[in-house]
Amino acid sequence: MATLTLKLNNKNHTIEVDPKMPLLWAIRDIVGLTGTKYGCGIAQCGACTVHLEGTPIRSCSVPVSVAANKNITTIEGLSTDNSHPIQLAWIQEQVPQCGYCQSGQIMAATALLKKNPSPTDKDIDTAMQGHICRCGTYPRIRKAIKTASQLMSQKSSIK
Amino acid sequence: METLKNLSRRNFIKLSGLTGTALTLGFGLPAFGKETEILKVEVAESLGIELNAWIHIDTAGKVTITNHRSEMGQGSFQSVPQMIAEELEVSLDKINIIFAPGNGRKYGSQVTGGSSTVRGSYQKLLKLGASAREMLIEAAAKKWSVSKAECYAENATVIHKPSGKKLGYGELVEEAAKLEPPKVVVLKDKKDYKVIRKPLPRQDTPSKVNGKAIFGLDFKLPGMLYAVVERSPRFQGKVVKFDDTETRKVPGVKHVLKVNRDEFGNMREGVAVVADNTWSAIQGRKVLVVEWDDSAFSHDSSDQLYSKMRELVKGDMISYKTQGNTTQTFAKAEKKIEATYETPYESHSCMEPLNCVANVTDDQCEIWGPIQGPDWIQGNIAGHLKMASEKVSVNMTFLGGGFGRKAFTDYPYEAVMISKEIKAPVQVVWTREDDMTIGPFRPGMVYQCKGTVTDSGRIGSYETKISGQNMDMQNPGADKTAYNGSDTEGFLEGYFNSIPHYSFGDAPLDSPVPVMWWRSVYSSTNAFAFESFLDEMALKADKDPLDFRRQHLSERYQLLINKLEEVSGWKARSKNQGFGVAITECFSSIVGEVVKVSKKPDGKVKIDKVWAVMDCGWYVNPDIIKAQVEGSIIMALGAATKHETTFKDGKAVERNFDTYKMSRINEIPEIEVHVMDNDEKAGGVGEPGLPPFTPALTNAIFDLTGKRIRKLPFSLEEVI
Repeated sequence: MATLTLKLNNKNHTIEVDPKMPLLWAIRDIVGLTGTKYGCGIAQCGACTVHLEGTPIRSCSVPVSVAANKNITTIEGLSTDNSHPIQLAWIQEQVPQCGYCQSGQIMAATALLKKNPSPTDKDIDTAMQGHICRCGTYPRIRKAIKTASQLMSQKSSIK
Repeated sequence: METLKNLSRRNFIKLSGLTGTALTLGFGLPAFGKETEILKVEVAESLGIELNAWIHIDTAGKVTITNHRSEMGQGSFQSVPQMIAEELEVSLDKINIIFAPGNGRKYGSQVTGGSSTVRGSYQKLLKLGASAREMLIEAAAKKWSVSKAECYAENATVIHKPSGKKLGYGELVEEAAKLEPPKVVVLKDKKDYKVIRKPLPRQDTPSKVNGKAIFGLDFKLPGMLYAVVERSPRFQGKVVKFDDTETRKVPGVKHVLKVNRDEFGNMREGVAVVADNTWSAIQGRKVLVVEWDDSAFSHDSSDQLYSKMRELVKGDMISYKTQGNTTQTFAKAEKKIEATYETPYESHSCMEPLNCVANVTDDQCEIWGPIQGPDWIQGNIAGHLKMASEKVSVNMTFLGGGFGRKAFTDYPYEAVMISKEIKAPVQVVWTREDDMTIGPFRPGMVYQCKGTVTDSGRIGSYETKISGQNMDMQNPGADKTAYNGSDTEGFLEGYFNSIPHYSFGDAPLDSPVPVMWWRSVYSSTNAFAFESFLDEMALKADKDPLDFRRQHLSERYQLLINKLEEVSGWKARSKNQGFGVAITECFSSIVGEVVKVSKKPDGKVKIDKVWAVMDCGWYVNPDIIKAQVEGSIIMALGAATKHETTFKDGKAVERNFDTYKMSRINEIPEIEVHVMDNDEKAGGVGEPGLPPFTPALTNAIFDLTGKRIRKLPFSLEEVI
């Protein structure tokens, strides 16, 4: 057991935990933020995706000790009021069905748009194909990423 | 009449934040058995003023509508309130939506399966909304001492037309609750709908883009422990003994105990590891040593299962439906064909693995989880615990997928039994590997089809024998010799009046592999066999595949075919494109799909586009219908071309998404969905879009390449 500090969504959490515990379970069971989901445990489905220092990672396959003292952003940290362009686009295009995989999809899409504000279909395929949606919301995910891209460019042109 | 005094109701109200005193209306009992009058029901709890079991209005005017069905992505959370809001005259974005607890006496069946939420309850829910509206209007008329006929409701307000006086629902609800419900209500004509038939955004979407939606796995109680269970890797193994020495050394592990699981009334055994977090429980289980007795049942492999089925279709069948004489017709016919089709076992693989929270005390049992049948689970658990059903409360969370698997009672049973034993609230978590290997699975099937075509190019006779595990034959004591109405589902639906000779039935396979409903159930595999065979018959008859179907089907189908032909450009298709069609009826809806394929520069086949036309009759939300058809097509694409569950030495081979490969975003064709507009009764929406996709795809591949695919899954990469 070890005492670690998790910097989750700009808030520090001091936790007593097995340092080998995957970050996913530390976030869900120890800190109690449940927006990040367990899907496969072997980095195949993407449901557990969070940002570690701005880069999307599979929290099911990263020991909590690796993430200690680093900036972690989860779905709860995107905005306080659903105002992030990705969230607005996801609502506009009515993407979620069951919704379970969407936290991971959204975190991956956010990272994509940060790096590449106007992704092509091929860019979207590359960035998003590690994420499984059993409900089959893929066509709407693609559409929503393009919508979010437009929303972001409108926002930046206003600035 | 019933009084709701149990713990579940109190907690449920606490969770939903409703306060006040109450009066409620419900249906006459049995709740959904007949068109009964709406009854007034006294309720002892505080939950705002309940105008009926689905509608609460508080004195501030806040309207809360209850969704009695589970929400697993299919949209009941939207469609149930959308129906009630229409007749209640409230705007959908101003209401609060909550889940009902399991209570079949109050809500009727809550088992969310068979695409039944809208089609099974729309007339009654519309009537409930209208009754509440009429009571509010009557209360206003009384207050103003005017005739009720001079008043109407709009936007949660009652208006007196001559004077323009207005009162909000919150100001009227106390008076309205004292009135008797109207004996007769007039429902709106669909041309006057303001809410129904509009593509209104789903009310659950905002909570599904910020992590706030609570799924079963997200539900926590104070002091709750987490359990994972080592279950027999072969389906019916019994625990001989277990050694938990190392398990108990893992930090966080609190208990190790034997636990059973109720699988179709058969007890399956396992050993639970309970810890103060999920990870510790998983770690403890890794070092648990269990010795299993697997001697009482066969250890089947896929090869053996399919060999048996191929033999079975050659023998006798339990007949479902026959007309004329197929044997004689086939023997005499000049133009005849035979073909065998095979479909795989599949895992449901909901993105949210199975899980359930239970808290059992001496005289109460409370359950929270991703549950497709809360009333069903209430009855099952009450029976096992020998408790009165009102002592067992079942609360629904959002479901991270369901597809039939989460209608099953086994995983809540495990949670209940562990909680009872350790005397603490517990969450049972199935790992992905558990979820994928324990089952139950969609059964694998083999179909043998024989058919003839007449000189005029029509179907002369059609005979099919189906072999596979029959889901209804798993219960202890089930009759395995009589037809039970299940596995021929959807087969040849629409053709019975136009084929002179037909015969089909079932040659069931017996195996320890547990099987269960999988989205669109038997239609998900039956459609592949009969719609592929129709295509083969069309070729034999030298007819266009769409025209061949058209000449046998009724007027309702004709309209759908015309639409499908128009939107897909069927007639204008060119030589280097493959077009395939399939039309199926499932859960009272008809869906036709056309798939277009072509060759990539490397010669491999790619899917260019899918057109779907859905005829589900009366409908609520066209955007949800489109989303469900898109999702159904993508789920079918996975089962056709990507994944299957196989068995070796009595165990499922595919354990996670590295070997059970799902369709990904880069593999999805463009999908265009159209919804028919007619005056037919409401049909299902969540499942009927799935069955026609696979045969439409393989028919398109035949059209392009001349290669007939008769066994699933197949790899698009390998079709040349």
